[in-house]
Amino acid sequence: MADKILNKIYVKVWRQNNPTAKGRFETYTVENISQGNSFLEMIDILNDQLIQEGKDPIAFDHDCREGICGMCSLYINGHAHGPDTMVTTCQLHMRKFNEGQTITVEPWRVGAFPVIKDVMVDRTAFEKIQQAGGFVSVNTGGVPDGNTIPISQDDAEEAMDAAACIGCGACAATCKNSSAMLFLAAKVSQFAKLPQGQVEAKRRAKAMYAKMDELGFGGCTNTGACELACPKSISIAHIARLNREYLKAKIAD
Amino acid sequence: MSNFLSASIGRKVFMSLTGLFLISFLTLHLTLNLLLIFDDSGILFNQAANFMATNPMIKIMEPILALGFIIHIIWAGWITLDNMRARPQGYASGDQLLKWWAPSKNMFILGGMILVFLILHIFNFWVKLKITGDPLLANPTGTATQMHNTYALVSNLFINFPLYDALYVLGGILVGLHISHGFWSAFQTIGLSNINWMKRLKCLANLIGIIFAIGFSAIPIYFLLKF
Repeated sequence: MADKILNKIYVKVWRQNNPTAKGRFETYTVENISQGNSFLEMIDILNDQLIQEGKDPIAFDHDCREGICGMCSLYINGHAHGPDTMVTTCQLHMRKFNEGQTITVEPWRVGAFPVIKDVMVDRTAFEKIQQAGGFVSVNTGGVPDGNTIPISQDDAEEAMDAAACIGCGACAATCKNSSAMLFLAAKVSQFAKLPQGQVEAKRRAKAMYAKMDELGFGGCTNTGACELACPKSISIAHIARLNREYLKAKIAD
Repeated sequence: MSNFLSASIGRKVFMSLTGLFLISFLTLHLTLNLLLIFDDSGILFNQAANFMATNPMIKIMEPILALGFIIHIIWAGWITLDNMRARPQGYASGDQLLKWWAPSKNMFILGGMILVFLILHIFNFWVKLKITGDPLLANPTGTATQMHNTYALVSNLFINFPLYDALYVLGGILVGLHISHGFWSAFQTIGLSNINWMKRLKCLANLIGIIFAIGFSAIPIYFLLKF
């Protein structure tokens, strides 16, 4: 079945020349977009159009375009990664939009993620949180043989669910407090459930928490918006574990 | 320890613990208040109010309760201001993910409205009982010991002032909404939750919220309809 064609849509997008410039919205008309196109392909088509008109194309982040690298972002019509569930912007299709619709595209609005240009933001803050404690210092070697590590299947699965985090920043972008707690929780949880992660367990949550506060992210008020926006559906139950890990370490101090 | 108190998690732990403490107080408060409905003579309620006013344990708890309220309120402002600073520029397209009325998104507003109600509530009863006194509080007939006729004070307000009835019903609903998020959220913050318990706690939070909302609202409605 052939995909339908959207004859005309309007893309209202945030344009900002550099981190310090004052930004503004510009609205562009895009014609003949297949509903089978991905959202980023639509932006590619719009950018071709802008280049042909001698205008500056829209700067946006993207890489793998198959939902695993965490590079794409975009806050589309009031939703991080657009109005679809469990997908990144690159997996969002134009079939989620209607003929003649105005689509508002904004960068992640998080103080700790400054705009670099247009809808592209600097997410180095997440790297810094990760560097503060999201690692293991033991040599884990190659892929171990089955059943050689003393860990239950349930724990391994839960660690894997947390490890699905691609660090895209949708959690912080969606959170009304711009909190990075779901990211932090995923990064702490993936180690907390594994024997290899126990060596640094006492300092990990404390160090990562302190870094998150230092970078200017807000605190969690348990609205659960992050979980809904997360393209990997990471549960906020991991946030409870993060808090538990932190308080356990703090009480032991 | 100092960095724990100023850290975002430390401040939230304070919110959680004071919140749970205030819920335990409200449970006692509602239980005693329901005596207003179950005994129209007012004797049971007056005895309960007298016990609360004279028991030494309650006297010790009174300033602790006030402190619990003060910490919960001041910390809420501190946390909310910090959280607002984390997003210097908002979204033009707003937040379409959670409903605008979701209690979790409006805890500070709900809390602020409850604070306004609390001040009104203190002026209605506490100030009259403890400071200014009121002719209605004269020793009730049929009691051996000297005590305030608190029942007369409460029933007079609810029978004769329908506007107050409406405000007290609203207050009950606001408290119920606040707790429907606050209860499970408190356990989440102190780490006493997981994927299974989160569902149970959320369910319990809704139940407690509904009980509080209906329980507190039922009292002014009862007086308005019955008398």
